[in-house]
Amino acid sequence: MKKKDYFKLFRIMFTLSAFTFGGGYVIVSLMKNEFVDRLKWIDEEEMLNLVAIAQSSPGAVAVNGSILVGYKVGGIPGAIVSIFGTILPPFIILSAISVGYNQFKENVYVGAFLKGMQPAIAAIIISVVIQLGLNIIKQKEVYFIIIMVLAFLVTYFMNVNIILVILSCAVLGGFYALYKQKKGVK
Amino acid sequence: MTLFALFLCFLQIGAFSFGGGLAALPLIQQQVVTLNNWMSMSEFTDLIAIAEMTPGPIAVNSATFVGIHLFGIKGAIVATLGCILPSILFVAALGFLYNKYKKHYLLEGVLAGLRPAVVAMILSAGISIFLIAVFGTELNSFNIYAIIIFLCALYFMAIKKVNPILVLLLSGIIGGGFYIFMGLPI
Repeated sequence: MKKKDYFKLFRIMFTLSAFTFGGGYVIVSLMKNEFVDRLKWIDEEEMLNLVAIAQSSPGAVAVNGSILVGYKVGGIPGAIVSIFGTILPPFIILSAISVGYNQFKENVYVGAFLKGMQPAIAAIIISVVIQLGLNIIKQKEVYFIIIMVLAFLVTYFMNVNIILVILSCAVLGGFYALYKQKKGVK
Repeated sequence: MTLFALFLCFLQIGAFSFGGGLAALPLIQQQVVTLNNWMSMSEFTDLIAIAEMTPGPIAVNSATFVGIHLFGIKGAIVATLGCILPSILFVAALGFLYNKYKKHYLLEGVLAGLRPAVVAMILSAGISIFLIAVFGTELNSFNIYAIIIFLCALYFMAIKKVNPILVLLLSGIIGGGFYIFMGLPI
C-alpha cells in the first residue's frame, strides 16, 4: 500500500467514526459501503468474515472491525492507522463535551439533529443488509438461508445472547463442511 | 485512586464486553459506579445520555469521559488505551488464525455459517433502530416524518448511490430543522 493510501485509510476511518451514531452495526455498514462497493479493496465475502471475527471478539465492534479492515488492506501499519482514525473522533468530541456537558445534553439543536438523523441510520443499515441478504440467497444453498432466517428470529424476537448465536452458527457451518467433505470423499 | 487502577478498570471493561454497545453498559456501571465510586449514579446517567448523543463506541466514549473526569487528558488517554488493548490482542490473535487457516475446509465451513448470522444480526439492529425512530423508545407514539426521512434516505443511498455520510448529515440538518421549525416535540 502506498503512503497516500494510508492517509486515505486514516481519513476514511476518521470520517466513519465521527459519524457513527447508533452503534457498531452502523460503522460496519458504512465500512462495507466504502471498502467493498466504492474502493473495492476488500471483497464482500471477506468483509463478512471480518465482521464475524469483530463480532466474536470482546470490545467495541467498531474498533475490532477497523483493526481487521486496516490490517487486511495495509498490514500492521494499516491496523495502527485505522485504530487511531477510529478512536480519535470520540476522544476529541468527548473531551470537548466533558467541559460543558449539561449545555450539550439539553441543547435543542443537538436533539433535533439527532432525531432527524435516526431514520437515516436505519436506512443505511437496511440498505446494506438488503444487498448482503440477497447475495446469501443468490448462492442457492438452502442450508445457509435457513441459518440466516433462524439467526434473525432468535436474535430479534427471542433476544438470545449474540455470543450464543455466533457459536451455534459456527458449529452448524463446521458440521456442514464436515458432512460435505465426507460425501465428497465417497 | 491511581492512573493504574483506572487503566485496569477499563482493561476489564474492554476484555469482558462482548456484543458491543449497550451490552457494555452494565459492566461499565459496575466498575465505575459500584466498585470504584468514581461517579455517582446521576453522573453515570448523564454519561449514557451523552454517549448516545455522540458518535463512537460507548466503551471508548465512557473511557474518555471517566478518564477526563478523574485525571484530565492523561486520564482519558490511559482509560482509552486500557479499553482498546484487549480488542487489539484478541483481534490480532483471531486475525492471525484466520489468515493462516482460511483455506482449510473446516474454517471455511465455520465462516460460511457465520456470514448469514452476521447478516441476520445487522438486520435485527436495523429494524430495532427503525422502530425506535418511528414509534419512540417506549414504542407508544407514531412519527410519520421519521418514515418520510427513512424512505428519502433509502432512496438516495440505495438507488442514487449518494455518499451515506452526506445522507446522514442532510437528514440531521433538514429533518432536525423541520422538527424545530414546526415546533414538534424533540
